[in-house]
Amino acid sequence: MTKLNELTIAQAADGLEKGDFSARELVDACLAASEAARDLNAFITLTPDVARDRAEASDARRAKGSTLGALDGIPVAVKDLFCTDGVLTTAASHILDGFVPTYESTITRNLADAGAVMIGKTNLDEFAMGSSNMTSFYGPVKNPWTGSNDEDLVPGGSSGGSATAVAARICPASIGTDTGGSIRQPASLCGIVGMKPTYGRCSRWGTVAFASSLDQAGPFARTVEDAAIMLGAMAGHDPMDSTSTPHEVPDFRATLQGGVKGLRVGIPREYTMDGMPEEIQALWDRGAAWLKDQGAEIKPVSLPHTKYALPAYYIVAPAEASSNLARYDGVRYGLRVDGDTLDDMYANTRGEGFGSEVRRRVLIGTYVLSAGYYDAYYVKAQKVRSRILEDFTTAFEDVDVLLTPTAPNAAFPVGAKMDDPIAMYLNDVFTVPANLAGLPGISVPAGLDKDGLPLGLQIVGKPFDEETLFRAAQALEQAAGFDALPKYLGGQV
Amino acid sequence: MSLDKNDVRRVAFLARIRVNEDDLEPVAQDLNNIIGWVEQLAEVDTDGVEPMTGATGMTMKRREDIVTDGGKPDRVLGNAPDRVGDFYTVPKVVE
Repeated sequence: MTKLNELTIAQAADGLEKGDFSARELVDACLAASEAARDLNAFITLTPDVARDRAEASDARRAKGSTLGALDGIPVAVKDLFCTDGVLTTAASHILDGFVPTYESTITRNLADAGAVMIGKTNLDEFAMGSSNMTSFYGPVKNPWTGSNDEDLVPGGSSGGSATAVAARICPASIGTDTGGSIRQPASLCGIVGMKPTYGRCSRWGTVAFASSLDQAGPFARTVEDAAIMLGAMAGHDPMDSTSTPHEVPDFRATLQGGVKGLRVGIPREYTMDGMPEEIQALWDRGAAWLKDQGAEIKPVSLPHTKYALPAYYIVAPAEASSNLARYDGVRYGLRVDGDTLDDMYANTRGEGFGSEVRRRVLIGTYVLSAGYYDAYYVKAQKVRSRILEDFTTAFEDVDVLLTPTAPNAAFPVGAKMDDPIAMYLNDVFTVPANLAGLPGISVPAGLDKDGLPLGLQIVGKPFDEETLFRAAQALEQAAGFDALPKYLGGQV
Repeated sequence: MSLDKNDVRRVAFLARIRVNEDDLEPVAQDLNNIIGWVEQLAEVDTDGVEPMTGATGMTMKRREDIVTDGGKPDRVLGNAPDRVGDFYTVPKVVE
């Protein structure tokens, strides 16, 4: 029999419903797997007490004949960027040493209200700034997939711990945030499904802010159906977030089986990059053929400003970060490093509390917002962002979704690309444009490269059309039939 | 445009991030690599284009100007590294 921690959400919900096992047994299996997989460093904090309490409450509800739906009793892991009442929240930064929020983020509150059982807070790049999980103050996360010479690989980032937890079968689902690809890229590198909703679909309240006009929470899971179940619980209007939109939350799961007959799928020609491995191009072509075989219409489209998305992002995101991170001053919470004057205390606290990538981005952001450079850099980047949105709006007049690779490479060794920030930034070349335009995107595991490492394909949809996005993703998933397993499963090699 | 040591000193002060004197030069080089790379945006024709300031195109809603929460000094001050009574403390600002 499959171990309980290896079940999908849909399978586990079915087993709970039939009484094959209890939520307590399910969460105990996941907690045991998390202990066994400590070497992967996927978690900053495990919360076994919270987990067992919530699982027992779920069992009690079920015994009385009332449940909260498909997520009731399902163990989930939470990126340590979501504030959780009474549970250490670090953003993987030294500067938040000892910070225990006295309030709960809307997303984790929504999941708890749906009966989900939090098992722990996952590791990430510091303040979600990175594509490898190497910038965490708590050390790198290992991908459960290993290299051809058995070397340790990165899980991608920034939501690396959340991706690893699901790929290693520690738990069926987790949540992350995606500012420039931080859900979709690690999903691709870990061989799982990762989804970023339309900007405004999920509340940002109580989530540690990186770049407020780009940040969006989303789910990781091992199937498209599970991702749809998760988003259904996470999404919804929140008066506490002024950018949360009032859209109704449809039943995403109910629309999955619609098929792709007649769906118009755009292939953006500018996503063919120099130096991209041939096998990624081949997988992309195969993905288009899979959708065509199921009745979709494949159309070439042009997104002429694609190459400017990444440089525009590296002005807009650091600018917003420099403003958001100004709050870490050593006065009200977290690390304080003393100084002779107030300014010295600020500078000492922030110099010591932020890691090198965060310092780099705050300095860049401060520079592009400073007097004399604001128009040349920041306003220019915002105008380019308008151009990028126009590209998508025009393309979506002719097609319903876009199909692209998720990342330009598979997982790479722990420690690689660290001395060249721009080489690291290029990991997000295919994911960043959707953030700039606020569009939903999903990565689906679609194949293996020559070293046996997973590669994902990305579907990008129209704003608030996650239903079509999930439907196309489901068609891709069925055709790909991805069933390869990583080396580490629930901590067992 | 490229940054020199003095620019880095100024930006580091604005950002309130300690950068040691010996590190000013390497940090300047590091930032210049990125600034040099983002300058390719100058190639894009943005004449008459409005800057995009948010991702939803939504007008920000107003809410009623009423108190909805409060009276929780212990929760607010629960994480303070140093407090006296119901106050945060900082180094002396006025001599």
